[in-house]
Amino acid sequence: MAESRKSKKAFETFINGVWKDHPVFSMLLGICSALALSNKVENAIAMGAGVTFVLLATAILISGLRKIIPNRIRMIVFMITIASFVIIVDRFLKAYFPDIAASIGAYVGLIITNCIIMGRAEAFYVQNNTGLSIIDALANGFAYTYTLVSIAAIREILGFGTLLGMNVIPPWWPFEKAPWVVMTMAPGAFFLLSLFIWISRSISKMESE
Amino acid sequence: MVLHLFTLFITAVLTQNIALTYLLGMCPFISLSRSLKTATGMGFAVIFVVTLTSAINWPIYNLLLVPNGAEIIYFIVFIIVIAATVQLVEMLMERFFPILQAAFGIFLPLITVNCTVLAVSLFMVIREYGFIETIVFAFGSAVGWMMAIVIVAGINEKLKLIGEIPKGMKGPGIIMTTAGIIALAFMGFAGMVRI
Repeated sequence: MAESRKSKKAFETFINGVWKDHPVFSMLLGICSALALSNKVENAIAMGAGVTFVLLATAILISGLRKIIPNRIRMIVFMITIASFVIIVDRFLKAYFPDIAASIGAYVGLIITNCIIMGRAEAFYVQNNTGLSIIDALANGFAYTYTLVSIAAIREILGFGTLLGMNVIPPWWPFEKAPWVVMTMAPGAFFLLSLFIWISRSISKMESE
Repeated sequence: MVLHLFTLFITAVLTQNIALTYLLGMCPFISLSRSLKTATGMGFAVIFVVTLTSAINWPIYNLLLVPNGAEIIYFIVFIIVIAATVQLVEMLMERFFPILQAAFGIFLPLITVNCTVLAVSLFMVIREYGFIETIVFAFGSAVGWMMAIVIVAGINEKLKLIGEIPKGMKGPGIIMTTAGIIALAFMGFAGMVRI
């Protein structure tokens, strides 16, 4: 009985993170990086993995220490925790994926101010045990990653004519590779994300009605 | 030198606008551009904090961290400096300028998590700016950010007059579309200055 309730709660946490309280679409968190790094799939994957790693590490640390952290200084504790893990991500990318690190540039450091992590730490990890926090972190990281990758796939195909660097425009295509330059730049990101938000909000409105 | 700084400023404000080209500071951008008044308040607060924190971060990075070989921890140092500065400014303002505090005091705590502030400090490191360049760049970026949010907020206030917006598009969706159109317009500045 207790076991099934426990697994039900875990399942609910996961669904909330992946769809109901989707970090980007419904909570509007982490928009900057979702917009800026969705121009190429490889950037999106790197960023998604980075954010998921930081989320997971923060979840484990914060939920483990939640009874010790004094309430008044919890924000600064979160920030230092997050910043430390971001340094790890930054070093890792620079060492093993220098090309991606160069094209992402300052945005790796900006994971610190990515409100998903801060928001989840404040709303969830300080109140729940480590197991649930890990599930929540994985769910949110997964939601963020699939959002980024799906936007990036559209933008990369339309903007560069490639997918993960491979040419996907068929040879019979009448236009020369059809690079739709706007898609690779800021306006394309705005339009696509607003389209995604429109679709997801319409669906969740239909669900609730 | 003066011309170089002027170019840097114009680049930061127009051609490489931090909100519309680098897509930074979007969380407050989306949530605060519903009214012109809050957008302006947040804009001024950002200008003030961004310029101040980058002026503090430059000497800390170049005179303290680099000579000691401790560049690796600059993320932590920057974020602590930003959080502390914002807190300090808030306290000073409360004590000495209560009118100013009432005008944009509520925006100050939010600024710590505004990525524009950290981003300007990170760009300063990546692009290896000098001290004066940093201040000009920081001020220009913040002015550009404010300009973008004020334009989008102004358009959004008028949008109510047009008519019914589709249900799912209300709020963030329409704000982002507006921002996209403005970003498209800002692309027109692209050929203006060369760096």
